[in-house]
Amino acid sequence: MDLPVINSSSEGAAGGGCDSHSCGSTDDQLDHLPEHIRAKVHNHPCYSEQAHHYFARMHVAVAPACNIQCHYCNRKYDCSNESRPGVVSEVLTPEQAVKKVMAVAANIPQMTVLGIAGPGDPLANPERTFATFRELSEKAPDIKLCVSTNGLALPDSVEELSKHNIDHVTITINCVDPDVGAKIYPWIFWNNKRIMGREGAAILIEQQQKGLEMLTARGILVKVNSVMIPGVNDEHLAEVSRVVKSKGAFLHNVMPLIAEPEHGTFYGLMGQASPTAEELQKLQDACSGDMNMMRHCRQCRADAVGLLGEDRGQEFTMDKIEDMEIDYPAAMVKRAEVHAQIAKELEEKDNKARASKAELVSIQSLKPDAPVTRPVLMAVSTKGGGVINEHFGHAHEFLVYEASGNGVRFIGHRKTTAFCEGGSSCGDGESALDETLRVLKGCEVVLSAKIGFEPWAPLEAAGIQPNGEHAMEPIEEAIAAVYAEMIAAGKLDAQPEQQQKVA
Amino acid sequence: MSLEIIESCVNCYACEPLCPNEAIYQASPHFLIDPDKCTECIGDYDAAQCSSICPIEGAILDELGVELNPPGSLTGISMEMLTKYQAAVEATYQAALAAKSG
Repeated sequence: MDLPVINSSSEGAAGGGCDSHSCGSTDDQLDHLPEHIRAKVHNHPCYSEQAHHYFARMHVAVAPACNIQCHYCNRKYDCSNESRPGVVSEVLTPEQAVKKVMAVAANIPQMTVLGIAGPGDPLANPERTFATFRELSEKAPDIKLCVSTNGLALPDSVEELSKHNIDHVTITINCVDPDVGAKIYPWIFWNNKRIMGREGAAILIEQQQKGLEMLTARGILVKVNSVMIPGVNDEHLAEVSRVVKSKGAFLHNVMPLIAEPEHGTFYGLMGQASPTAEELQKLQDACSGDMNMMRHCRQCRADAVGLLGEDRGQEFTMDKIEDMEIDYPAAMVKRAEVHAQIAKELEEKDNKARASKAELVSIQSLKPDAPVTRPVLMAVSTKGGGVINEHFGHAHEFLVYEASGNGVRFIGHRKTTAFCEGGSSCGDGESALDETLRVLKGCEVVLSAKIGFEPWAPLEAAGIQPNGEHAMEPIEEAIAAVYAEMIAAGKLDAQPEQQQKVA
Repeated sequence: MSLEIIESCVNCYACEPLCPNEAIYQASPHFLIDPDKCTECIGDYDAAQCSSICPIEGAILDELGVELNPPGSLTGISMEMLTKYQAAVEATYQAALAAKSG
């Protein structure tokens, strides 16, 4: 049996809630969008789940100033080993940024998107941000430009943004209620004053909502990011999702709070809990009845380079770029070829998915009484390209998919320490394998290009079947095949207990 | 009469464009205020602009050397929490050292 990849958001969305059709958002996520919008996002890794396996992005850290303080951010932080928003190794001038972008574009032709995301707020640094955009739209017209903002200065910047042909804007909106905002934002800088607490949060919220409406009125695509902070805004985010959708945002990205004491943030030092993968998924599913959800975000640094989940920034430090000779017109020709090749590959994949979907529908209509099989979560290790091509022991993250009678849908990613790099279990420390077993909780199968002898037994003991038989195969097809095998082996006859375990 | 930026400045540029007197300039290792130009914004704004946007507690002093944004005033992080932070940073550093030598 060949299971299709579900077209999640386009069907059943009217039903609301979390039926199997409405909550996923895998590679057909964009099907319901008008053609002109799909054309804008099909190769944007941060807007399309499918695209993120093939296309890379980069951020340039030209915007160090910020006009607000968030409790999950420490403005003193600077570390090349940390991967999270707001962290960078070197702040660039617009001239340096343009040089870096062209060097990366020439060396990583899959790079389609340049974003400015900090380390402060891009629109609190309008001169530096817009100088970079202006220069790039002239010199590298084949690169999409986008910007990520807290929204405070957004209404004043909409005019300028639309001038630079910026198609994508991300606004971080953590709340629409100033009482909630007062627990997230200690202050904002507004009209030449620092405004503390609830009063500041109220202004920020008003500006965010106004900016969102102004952008969507101009046809600029808006993604909304929200940081899920348990006990602060977790119960509030479903409302945020409804509100931003009603104002025309087309994608909502709920991300888990990152808070450790060593980050020196208010939340980190307060011992504020981050959500577990399961809590995050539950909230994303709850929001998905109302909104198209993004589940593949990697919360990358403000100077990240490469595919989502990887960072090749160290290959493109300023001292290395100084020595590179870039022939951009030649690079553009090569880039166009690479993009066309990927587009062709994706089209073939889509056609195949559509064909197998038609096949499933015909099977189901023939056997309306076929028993309903329970859904199964499976984890996959991949280096990109949409195939299972990474060894278990090398994986720094696993992608989690759900297989069910309706097909295969992407659920999210879970980070870990690569098994081969972690220390062995000793003392109080959690070994890398223990960590991986913990993050894979709820998954029943893990598919990798290869799985060594050592982790095999502990995986089985944890109820996770290791599977190395689908190396180099497309992810969704391999998962569908394993699910079909599980059905054939009678492993999926609905059992309430097991259903609870995977729910 | 002048404000002063001290070494805890993280070079975020936020203050520089706000100064009505263009007294703030980029320098190494951190931004500085030209004492001949600084008026502490008197006559221009109710509060000095640089210290109103600066995110780093203690980075800007008044003419008496007093911190305009004392510890805890901007981040809500108390001295007790800061001590905990320093301990956590130290522990991370020691663990990294141990991993390197081990």
